[in-house]
Amino acid sequence: MAMLDRIDDDAAGAASFPELCRSRWRGEVVATLDEAQRACRVECGPAHLRDLCQWLTRDLDFAFATLVVEQTPPTGWSLLYAFYKDAKSPWVHVELKLDAAVSAVPSIADLFHGPSFDWHEREVEDLFGLHFEGHPRLGEFILHEDWPEGVNPMRRDFDARKRFEPRAMEPKWEPPTIVTAPGAFAMPIGPVFSDFAESAHFLLESVGEDVIRTIPRFFYKYRGVEKIAEGQPADRALLLAERFSGIAAFAHGLAFCQAVEAICGIKPPPRAQALRTVFAELERLRSHAAAITGICNSTALAVATSQAALIEESLLRLSCEITGHRYLFGSVVPGGMACDLSAMDCRHLTDAVFGIAQELRSLLQMLRYSSSFLDRLEEVGIVTEDKARSYGLVGPIARASGVARDIRKLFPYAAYGSVDLSVPVEQEGDGYARLRVLFAEAEQSAAIIGGVLSSLTEGAVRADHVRLRAGAALMAVEAPLGAAFHWLRLDDDGKVIRYRVTPPSFTNWHGFHLAAENFAFQDFPIILASFGLSNAECDR
Amino acid sequence: MANWVLKGLRTGVKSSAYPNRPDDAPGVSPGRPMGTRLKSPTAADELVARCPTQAIARENGGIAIDQGRCIHCSRCRRHVGEAAAWEPGYEWAAQTSDAATALRKLAGMFGRSLHVRFVDAGACGACMSEARQINNPYYNMHRLGFFITPSPRSADILLVAGPVSDAMRLPLRKTYDAMPTPKRVVAVGACAASGGVFGPSFAALGGAAEIIPVDVVVPGCPPPPLAILHGLLVAVERKPPSALVSAAPRPTTGSA
Repeated sequence: MAMLDRIDDDAAGAASFPELCRSRWRGEVVATLDEAQRACRVECGPAHLRDLCQWLTRDLDFAFATLVVEQTPPTGWSLLYAFYKDAKSPWVHVELKLDAAVSAVPSIADLFHGPSFDWHEREVEDLFGLHFEGHPRLGEFILHEDWPEGVNPMRRDFDARKRFEPRAMEPKWEPPTIVTAPGAFAMPIGPVFSDFAESAHFLLESVGEDVIRTIPRFFYKYRGVEKIAEGQPADRALLLAERFSGIAAFAHGLAFCQAVEAICGIKPPPRAQALRTVFAELERLRSHAAAITGICNSTALAVATSQAALIEESLLRLSCEITGHRYLFGSVVPGGMACDLSAMDCRHLTDAVFGIAQELRSLLQMLRYSSSFLDRLEEVGIVTEDKARSYGLVGPIARASGVARDIRKLFPYAAYGSVDLSVPVEQEGDGYARLRVLFAEAEQSAAIIGGVLSSLTEGAVRADHVRLRAGAALMAVEAPLGAAFHWLRLDDDGKVIRYRVTPPSFTNWHGFHLAAENFAFQDFPIILASFGLSNAECDR
Repeated sequence: MANWVLKGLRTGVKSSAYPNRPDDAPGVSPGRPMGTRLKSPTAADELVARCPTQAIARENGGIAIDQGRCIHCSRCRRHVGEAAAWEPGYEWAAQTSDAATALRKLAGMFGRSLHVRFVDAGACGACMSEARQINNPYYNMHRLGFFITPSPRSADILLVAGPVSDAMRLPLRKTYDAMPTPKRVVAVGACAASGGVFGPSFAALGGAAEIIPVDVVVPGCPPPPLAILHGLLVAVERKPPSALVSAAPRPTTGSA
């Protein structure tokens, strides 16, 4: 047993993985390899779910990606827990089939890696009405208190177009507080802020100057994207994929289009793949510049804020010049790209990005020697590597805490296979580490854009025949804020049956409270900015 | 610290010439589709069918655009037989019809200083980002006398973005109620104007006007920073408004 638990990378290779599963679980699970999706399907019953997920995450070092719940009448429910590890291992899809009459699933949120399942279980409980037995905090998560009990919008029989009568009742949110010292109080912040901030609510438990812990609350912006996508043709649902999080529109649009392509066996031409890489990096560069602006702004360093904002705006203008949209909306389509770059565009883009990379370098150099700035970032908002792993954090935040996971490197898509990518990693897990990762990645994005454009091949940017067919696929991309997972199921007419998005902000907001513990009150905006997450992306 | 001062000085003045002169720097605005006369009789049908948000209507042998519904997907100008005319510019803000008289009466009271409160009612982030840009050195709203206020009690203008998600109905209503009169509401973006791609549905309304009275609509998905500035200027009558529906140009008679 111990020997089987400690396997090396080669043994976990795609072909041998089902073998490994079968020998470890001796007929208790059914493991088959799905060559097309490069995934190993592991069917198990509720009795083995816990041990199986424990085995995958703790012993084999798999990371949890997403939980996809599908209502499959007349048989009942299908729950898919997707796990990923690295390029050598297959994805593992743990499938749990439940009878329609069953309304409870064992919770696995108390495992060591349980926190990464936690929010998924709470979401499913709210939206599908499936109960997770043993989960300590269910209810009032995505749907707030005034939402009627027992109405589960993701169920098949719920009509998404039906509007709810305005409910006049004043919601009262009373989360359990733990600080009981004399003079302890809880300070509410949000959901409306005094600046251009996204709607979210934070309850800071404090005994005076110092905040003991933070209780965040999200989903003020829940627009039911996954539900309203159902029944829509793929090209209409693409608009939702792009627009649920406008600042990462290209990444999410790309993930959606890749899912459609995987289902329908479409291969985008090489030039389209190269352009996708260029635009994805352009978006990352812009998003990171915006995050850097936010961090400088939170420390009230006015000139640096202005400098970073100028960089951000020049990237927005650049995007607009070459694609006709400042946030790259409408540039990616199933089968390729909706727009091409002329030779002049390419030169302009290369030069502009080169200049911006230089400006970023000089900005970092100046920030490095601004002690008043560093004082406010160093050792502020620490997320340890252990916690980052158990919460399954992704993106720059995980990489600043020593977790070197990057979807572009693990499962290269678009033209990333031919890009030499070294993943920047820092160990401290504090605000300054996150800032350094942002700068390093921005610099790398600029280099990737230059490199890909210099070897751009001529040709079409869109596949000739895009014929949609039924099927399902799970796609992962590295959005600017981290790994994004899009699961899509289409019917024969190319209409969406089920669309499930696990965006990086959803995963990472869950870990926010780790960084927002025992800090001085004035550091709160800095911790918030150094996370740089999007509520629109999280809430969907 | 001296380094930062020098850096700031070296960067120089970056502010846009708008509203004194038009700003035609490349990339300040994506432009937008306008009412178009079409040559082919079937072209209008194709464009109407192409539009995912029913922003395009047949009119006068051409098409008219409902800017409040347009989400800038570019599907009416890419890979189509006859494309919709795309107009550069950013002076997009329109008054809602019933607000026109009230605005005229009250504009003098605001003079040159205006305090703005921003509420995110489920915006996707792009509108948020563009609204944030009006604070950056390029657009610098302070030079026009616009300020963000930390409290609704001292706000003159409520800037709303997003289709109004279910959970934001109450905070939006309360913010509006907390503002002293006279007050103005500027709805930013296609979502706040019409619900965009999200609403109306079970989780979102079809725009801010369903909850609070909207005076100025800034269409766009997202509207660029200059369009949002135009919206604020329209709200205090320092700039004339644009129309929410771009009609198809009438056929000119007797031309060669």
